[in-house]
Amino acid sequence: MSATPDPVPLLEIRGLGKSFGSIRVLHEVDLLLRAGEIHALLGENGAGKSTLIKCVTGVHGRDAGTVRLGGRDIAPRTTEEALAAGLATVYQEVNLLPNLSVAQNLYLGRQPTRFGIVQGAAMRRRGAELLRGFGLDIDLSRPLGSYSVAVQHVCAIARAVDAQARVLILDEPTASLDSHEVEVLLGVMRQLAGRGLAILFVTHFLDQVYAVCDRITVLRNGRLVGERACAALPRMELVRMMLGRDLEETVSGRAVAEGATRERIGRFRGLGRRGAVAPFDLDLHRGEVVGLAGLLGSGRTETVRLVFGADKPDAGRAEIDDRPVRLHSPRDGLRHRLGYCPEERKTEGIVAELTVRENIVLALQARRGLLRPIPRREQDEIARRFIRLLDIRPADPERPIGLLSGGNQQKALLARWLATEPRILILDEPTRGIDVGAHAEIIRLIRELCADGLALLVVSSELDEIVTYADRVVVLRDRVQVASLEGEAISVSSILHAIAEGDGAASADAGAAA
Amino acid sequence: MNSRLPVIVTTIVFLLGFAGCGLHFPHFASTRVVGNLLTDNAYLGVMAVGMTFVIISGGIDLSVGAVLGFTTVFLAIAIGRLGIPPLLAFVLVLLLAGAFGAAMGALIQFLEMPPFIVTLAGMFLARGASFLLSTQSIPVGAPLYDTLNAFALHLPGGGRLTFITLLMLAVFAGGIVLLHFTRFGSYVYALGGSRASTALMGIPVARTTIRIYALSGLLAGLSGIVFSLYTSSGYSLSGVGNELDAIAAVVIGGTLLSGGVGTLFGTFVGVLIEGLIQTYITFDGTLSSWWAKIVTGALLFAFIAFQRLMSGGGFRRSRAGAAAA
Repeated sequence: MSATPDPVPLLEIRGLGKSFGSIRVLHEVDLLLRAGEIHALLGENGAGKSTLIKCVTGVHGRDAGTVRLGGRDIAPRTTEEALAAGLATVYQEVNLLPNLSVAQNLYLGRQPTRFGIVQGAAMRRRGAELLRGFGLDIDLSRPLGSYSVAVQHVCAIARAVDAQARVLILDEPTASLDSHEVEVLLGVMRQLAGRGLAILFVTHFLDQVYAVCDRITVLRNGRLVGERACAALPRMELVRMMLGRDLEETVSGRAVAEGATRERIGRFRGLGRRGAVAPFDLDLHRGEVVGLAGLLGSGRTETVRLVFGADKPDAGRAEIDDRPVRLHSPRDGLRHRLGYCPEERKTEGIVAELTVRENIVLALQARRGLLRPIPRREQDEIARRFIRLLDIRPADPERPIGLLSGGNQQKALLARWLATEPRILILDEPTRGIDVGAHAEIIRLIRELCADGLALLVVSSELDEIVTYADRVVVLRDRVQVASLEGEAISVSSILHAIAEGDGAASADAGAAA
Repeated sequence: MNSRLPVIVTTIVFLLGFAGCGLHFPHFASTRVVGNLLTDNAYLGVMAVGMTFVIISGGIDLSVGAVLGFTTVFLAIAIGRLGIPPLLAFVLVLLLAGAFGAAMGALIQFLEMPPFIVTLAGMFLARGASFLLSTQSIPVGAPLYDTLNAFALHLPGGGRLTFITLLMLAVFAGGIVLLHFTRFGSYVYALGGSRASTALMGIPVARTTIRIYALSGLLAGLSGIVFSLYTSSGYSLSGVGNELDAIAAVVIGGTLLSGGVGTLFGTFVGVLIEGLIQTYITFDGTLSSWWAKIVTGALLFAFIAFQRLMSGGGFRRSRAGAAAA
């Protein structure tokens, strides 16, 4: 914790509203930031954190509300104006220039000059002094790109702070750092708060929130859920605030699968990738749905990408049918009959300009290789079969898939992977961005597929949905697998508990995972 | 990666090449040859300075050769037919060329059009305008031309640093100060690193972009004046393809075509290398001039491959998994 926060707010955001077109993304959001405090801004995907920051720092205009800095109304229209007013922002992507020297990066636009000539030596001396204040002792004449991301982040913060910032906004600065680098950065944050800066810290990592923050503001679906003092807010309560909804107790509708009849298909041991997810164990059985739960950024997508082979693991081994295999590329995954429906349907999944039929046969064609085209008649037959089976509407195989609704696009994607007759199918947020009616249908499909003997691995933020279809739920927190719940142990509250606390439940299932 | 390495390699290649030529031809290694090398390539050097700024900022300027051609015709007509004093004509054409470059920079900035397309259009425009003025080769006869061309610093060994050589060297010196020692210069590198980041850092991106292309246009106009002095004539077809020679010199000099990295000293050596190849062919006497193009092409290729390897992008690791089948 930093020094005792000044009770008078330095930055006061009141009733901020913002719409994009007809969609309201922020409703009357309030946020108070006091000098000398580190304030966490938390919320799941679509909560409106980024939009809020952008409205305050002049990237977007705002539709309603006031922003007061030090008691004066401000309305910056550009990031430069925000900076001049004293609001500095450092994004997850370091927005500096890797090809310029560290010193140039620190002072670009403000370099000391004499008769128009940049005083390089003076600039480096001042910069070195500045960086030493952050515990960095590096050669400032070397290009910034030759240093680690953590150093670059500190340089970005140093640049922002040296420009007379009074409020520092950090948008997920720790997302690409390892644990030691995170410590360095958190230390810098504490130090700056000690100097009287107000820091707004956006992150997914609750441990870091509890390590440095004084207060927490939670947003959900563009609305303010609440502001709490960090010390007075138990983790469980925080997770509940973030995930929200009326998480009534949905009981698992499924009986525990008979242990004896379960045929293991996939076995993953110690699989991990530095900076993505810590090594984990995972077993996938025929006819079983495994749910992956956790907050945004907890490593769920990273986990399934490793299982499929979309990313190359740097540790661990994978076995399919008890035979060791290497899954280092999507082609490996396809060859071992794994299927993967990614979360970003629009950018990673569908090819909007192609027809439903072409989208459905895409993965099958990829597996066969380009030299063995699927005959048109066979394509038509496959497309028709899946359109009927999954009830894709409109039932026109020749319609460009971009014209279908989200739910039907999702079904077509499912069809693409089902056409390859996979044994393990991975679904990443299968119900995201589709309407409520389609949710139920996707869930029905998941259950049917499972009954047909597929092994399913499903990532979802919808805890109540996971509870209805999963036989086993693996919970991740801060990129570590922290619990595995099975059978009757699966409930919304037990999952919430595991996300918040991270242990306890894990031991109960240690035997099942091994 | 050491960003100086490409320049060092280029310099070594030039020195080795020069030494090789000196061994091959007894009279090659003399101040006379060096002086001529500089004089013959003065116009290219001036043009390449502007091109270096443009390429480091992540852009390209295809119009400079055509602007050179236009300038020579403009000067020939203005001085010879209209009787405008040469110095006034110089000022006018420099203003015109600078404004032309600034206009292209503004189009690139505000319409967010690729520099390649905008300056390609500028190239056709300038070339067409010079045809419009005259399709003839017009000799320029002015006392100032004779005075300037007669001026030279004499070197021991019979070499001469002509006026246009000195002008080119001055442009390089001024360019080095501007590029490496001013805020404007650091903005040029910043733009080549990332336009988006530069804007987020509060740097005036629009103003800088326009100034870069204005500078390139201005220097293209100046290279036209140099060419006009060098040939004492104006011809609408002069400078065809020179923009590509300038780009080649910049790239051989170690500047990354993708922007963000490079030096003016490297460009100077790049110009010298191109000139050296030409001089070698002149000395040999039996080789055809297209060998200059072929050797330049081969060198360019080698340097780009070398930079690629140095920047670590090198060879992509093959996907081991795919081969395991």
